[in-house]
Amino acid sequence: MFGKLTLSAIPFDQPIPLISGGVVVLLVLAVLAWIVIKGHLPYLWSEWITSVDHKRIGVMYMFLALLMLLRGFADALMMRGQQAVALHSNGFLPPEHYNQVFSAHGTIMIFFVAMPFVIGLMNLVVPLQLGVRDVAFPTLNSVGFWLTATGALLVNLSLIVGEFARTGWLPYPPLSELTYSPGVGVDYYLWALQISGIGTLVSGVNLTTTVLKMRTKGMALLRMPIFCWTTLASNLLIIAAFPILTATLAMLILDRYLGFHFFTNDGGGNVMMFMNLIWAWGHPEVYILVLPAFGVYSEVVPTFSGKPLFGYRSMVLATMAICIISFMVWLHHFFTMGAGPEVNAIFGIASMIIAVPTGVKIYNWLFTMYGGRVRFTTPMLWSLGFMVTFILGGLTGVLVAVPPADFLLHNSLFLVAHFHNVIIGGVLFGAFAGYTYWFPKAFGFRLHEGWGKAAFWFWLIGFYVAFMPLYAVGFLGMTRRMQHYDVPEWRPWLLVAGVGAILILIGILCQITQLVVSISRREELRDHTGDPWDGRSLEWATASPPPVFNFAVTPDVTGEDAYWLIKAHAKQQGLEAKAPDYRDIEMPKNSPTGFVSAFFATIMGFALIWHIWWMVIAGFIGAFATFVAFAWRDHDEYVIPAAEVERIDRANIEERRGLVTIAGGA
Amino acid sequence: MSAVEMAHGHADPHHLHPVEHEGPAPKRIVTGFGFWIFLLSDIVMFSCFFATYAVLAGQTNGGPSGAQLFDLKNVAIETALLLLSSFTCGMASIAADLRNFLWFQVSMAVTAVLGAGFLVLEAIEFIDLVERGAGPSRSAFLSSFFSLVGCHGLHVTAGILWLLTMMAQVVAKGFRADIQRRILCFALFWHALDIIWVAVFSVVYLLGSAA
Amino acid sequence: MSEQVHGRQAHEIDVAPGEEEHGSLGSRVLGYSLGLALAILLTATSFFIAGTDLVWQPSIPVAIVVLAIAQMGVHIVFFLHITTGPDNTNNVLALAFGLLIVFLVVGGSIWIMDHLNHNMMPMDQLMQMQR
Repeated sequence: MFGKLTLSAIPFDQPIPLISGGVVVLLVLAVLAWIVIKGHLPYLWSEWITSVDHKRIGVMYMFLALLMLLRGFADALMMRGQQAVALHSNGFLPPEHYNQVFSAHGTIMIFFVAMPFVIGLMNLVVPLQLGVRDVAFPTLNSVGFWLTATGALLVNLSLIVGEFARTGWLPYPPLSELTYSPGVGVDYYLWALQISGIGTLVSGVNLTTTVLKMRTKGMALLRMPIFCWTTLASNLLIIAAFPILTATLAMLILDRYLGFHFFTNDGGGNVMMFMNLIWAWGHPEVYILVLPAFGVYSEVVPTFSGKPLFGYRSMVLATMAICIISFMVWLHHFFTMGAGPEVNAIFGIASMIIAVPTGVKIYNWLFTMYGGRVRFTTPMLWSLGFMVTFILGGLTGVLVAVPPADFLLHNSLFLVAHFHNVIIGGVLFGAFAGYTYWFPKAFGFRLHEGWGKAAFWFWLIGFYVAFMPLYAVGFLGMTRRMQHYDVPEWRPWLLVAGVGAILILIGILCQITQLVVSISRREELRDHTGDPWDGRSLEWATASPPPVFNFAVTPDVTGEDAYWLIKAHAKQQGLEAKAPDYRDIEMPKNSPTGFVSAFFATIMGFALIWHIWWMVIAGFIGAFATFVAFAWRDHDEYVIPAAEVERIDRANIEERRGLVTIAGGA
Repeated sequence: MSAVEMAHGHADPHHLHPVEHEGPAPKRIVTGFGFWIFLLSDIVMFSCFFATYAVLAGQTNGGPSGAQLFDLKNVAIETALLLLSSFTCGMASIAADLRNFLWFQVSMAVTAVLGAGFLVLEAIEFIDLVERGAGPSRSAFLSSFFSLVGCHGLHVTAGILWLLTMMAQVVAKGFRADIQRRILCFALFWHALDIIWVAVFSVVYLLGSAA
Repeated sequence: MSEQVHGRQAHEIDVAPGEEEHGSLGSRVLGYSLGLALAILLTATSFFIAGTDLVWQPSIPVAIVVLAIAQMGVHIVFFLHITTGPDNTNNVLALAFGLLIVFLVVGGSIWIMDHLNHNMMPMDQLMQMQR
């Protein structure tokens, strides 16, 4: 009746997951109860859950990411704790549990922290920067977000019902095959990622189409902000790479569920094919993550240097070069698997070549700062921290790109240090910079600057203290993912790394404090003009937060740094510009399609994991019915009358004008 | 150079080129292009199954190979059915453009019948293979064969469901703009499936039989 | 959203993929018919070559692949109406990008796996050594 699911799926005999899972469940129930009792549910439903507004969806993506960061970081603390004590000892995490911890850590951080964070930023910002009202497919956007949330839910559910995969964040066969992983752990992983993978692909289609087909009048491609270019490159990579992940995980699912022989030891299966395919996805994936971060820096650095970005066209070329070359290096993740010197050499050289366009970008950012008036605000600090940290991480990357070196360093802690170096220094610092930079646009008030700086310094120092020792211990021969070890030389380094993790924890606590303080002091921190940083691109031309239609009249662009030109014009003309030509605006209606289809996807995913076949069919019928209901809609847009548009816009202009006059003119 | 002067430097003083960028594209283009991008992603997914087939085609695990199993006459009929259905789908596209209800429904119905015929033949082939002990769990070669051809068949099934839904939608709502956009996307999908079938019958069946 | 209709001039700079520039009914049906005829011809040739002894045997795989590519081209031009006109540039670029990826994934995988299989012991032999 319930397939493989029995009461023994709940980990009554394992205190750590039981207690932590129990606490989380109680917290979630408490929050839900508070929402319902206080009457917030109708607001949440109509303004957020069923919203198809890219700004709302972007915020929800980032909320999911930050929440999952806490879960993934908890896993990190446990690992550092275990390795700090587990010399000649079993530590406090038995192997079956430790293996789930590092698998969950990687899976959550990549798929449910980094991906949603950058996708959220792109969703929030890109339509505003392009001067349009929403993305190309707003309802699909909602579907994409909720499917991603489904994946996150399933992974976290594994903590209290069943188990998670023990195979690492990429489930290599034969360990991940049914013979060696008969439990539900790998299935949780597979279905969570297949479902959220659809969500990601949807985002890829949406954002690519938006950038290529929906830009305001006059915004030729070469006048777009660089963040939009990196969005294009990243989403092209999503479209190209995620199908590979879908196909490969599907093959593993077929092996596990229907006895196919893609990657089995017997029947002619070839386990190496899995590594080949999964990394053909895996390498573009890291560029999917880092390109939007590069885009963030390309926005933050010019703004806080008071200068236009240096070398716009070379930035575009570098971005597209990275996009293409990222598809030609994937074998460097398995140099040691035995493809031989000719193959290794080609991919090794390509892996070194790809560092060049990134170097071009770094020089462009540096030249942007040179001769500018640099303001060391929190986003700028994150950007500077990125530049130093990412260069270091990139250098270690070029080192392991040399096959003979990689033969010694593959799967050591040196490698672990390298990829954390570039992901934290590149992606996460960029995400934090973007979060701080665009927070006022999304919510109408800035984040507290003092706590922001504190968070930055603890993260920066904490990162170095946590990961530099790992480079050392990697050179000393320590392999990754060790639940215990018996080499005393390693321990001091791992203890220092543990201290680094604590410093990062303090950094995260600073960020939580920052958010709480900023919300409670939001009137002090209010952004009245919509342009708190003296920005250069079109998102700063709107109010903070922007009205649902973004622009009362979509702007007419005449050059790069479109908003900077508008401000220059305004200064020249004085603030007596002629009244805009207000028209009725059609906006897409909210829709429960996203939430409901994700609901059925969750049911289907859970049922597939536990082999509850009748539930799978029920879920599928529900999902199909949702799709048909969506397809049968007659009214998918509503009209905002011109008078209403004018009313909202005038209020915003007045607020902005009032402050500008007080300040003595812009 | 002030910012305003820089702006004029970007403009085209002699208006020789078409207007730089006129604004967001009309919905039909946006929808069509978005679906085209999705189709390309689907083709990348199929290419993974093709790559896997190429790598595993020789791994018969002591079991039967393609040359022993494939019935090329059957494949030829399947190909003919799918190819003709692409033609009738084209007729349906023209009919939709001209808003001719009868021709649209007839063309779509014929497309559905041809597609269903293809699926029936393929199902019979699969069942026959399984009964002969050449099911997907027999060997890696058969796993990759069943998954590649089966994935295509699943897409055709989804396509037929979509086709029937479009026929119903035109009955219920006529040739409304959003229905027309969906018909455009459906046609793209159906033709793409035939393109993939060209690769399937060439690489899997013809090359597999010659081996 | 409303800007989408008002923001373009009468002549469109871009065409949706799959969209045919408006022609007469006759010429459009003729286009599809011609595509069908060419596709049938190419298919028949493929099947014939696969089964015949009249052709130099080692050339058969190449011939079949070439015919397949040609037929895919026929579908793309006659059924999908993807042309090289300036209004189709975005569509062609997207297709080219997709084809590049397909080539890298399929070609790269075959090349890599060929080397790996050549260098590494087959799994069933490895398993036997475990026993």
